[in-house]
Amino acid sequence: MELTVESVVFLILSAITLGGGLLVVTTRNLFHAGLYLMLSLLGVAGLFVLLAAPFLAGVQVVVYIGAIAILIILAVMLTPSVTQMPAIFNRNWALNLALAVLFFVLLVSVISPALDDLGVDNWSANFTEDSPAAVPADSIVQLGKDLVDPDQYMLPFEVASVLLMAAMIGAVLLVAPGKAGDEGGDE
Amino acid sequence: MVPLWMYLVVAAGLFSIGLFGVLARRNAIAILMSIELMLNAVNINLVAFWRYKTPVDLSGQAFAAFVFVVAAAEAAVGLALIISIYRRRQSVIAEDVNMLKW
Repeated sequence: MELTVESVVFLILSAITLGGGLLVVTTRNLFHAGLYLMLSLLGVAGLFVLLAAPFLAGVQVVVYIGAIAILIILAVMLTPSVTQMPAIFNRNWALNLALAVLFFVLLVSVISPALDDLGVDNWSANFTEDSPAAVPADSIVQLGKDLVDPDQYMLPFEVASVLLMAAMIGAVLLVAPGKAGDEGGDE
Repeated sequence: MVPLWMYLVVAAGLFSIGLFGVLARRNAIAILMSIELMLNAVNINLVAFWRYKTPVDLSGQAFAAFVFVVAAAEAAVGLALIISIYRRRQSVIAEDVNMLKW
């Protein structure tokens, strides 16, 4: 890979994404972990811009950083006594770390052309192209049309709306005081 | 442009980080954050495959948009559950929620 502007931007955004993700998982203070989550999500939004998906990048900033991350930070502040726990990982963390690393190695062995050169037969031949066809100029317009086209994604779109509605009502019911649950009375 | 497999490696790394967080963190809110990381890794893959394989057909972007919806629903319900559990048990440690175990 030659060092073009795009590849440098890609490397920076990947470092932000992965570094933020690592900090989310390893930071003791959950409030800081929430802020690192926002950083990581911002890196992903940058990758979307690099992949010529500006609409998804905007949605990523508005929905993920603006809503979900704020919701998580709010939940952290509603449960104050545990922002600094003595142990942040459970007893099996070493085994789990090995499992995650093993999974990563497995995935990379399938997609990396470096291993293909070494004689391992994998799928990387499909993944080496670096000059894909151009994106149509009106891709955002087309995405909007596809989402409400009866032949394409209208049914999933409506089902997603119902799912979101049900989730919001369910969330309100779960935390509503009084009627919905017998407040702290199960022990 | 950057070859496709580099995006896939970044997504695989993010997914594995999230996987470790889900398996190893004790705090339920931290587990939820790790799930968000995993969902984002999936989204990177969807958009990258769309860009490199089918830039004219927008299925990849549409699927990524649906993943956004499901992630928002999951975060809302998950956090409501955690707050509800916290009210009953005064704890958000995943191991403490063992009412169904014995």
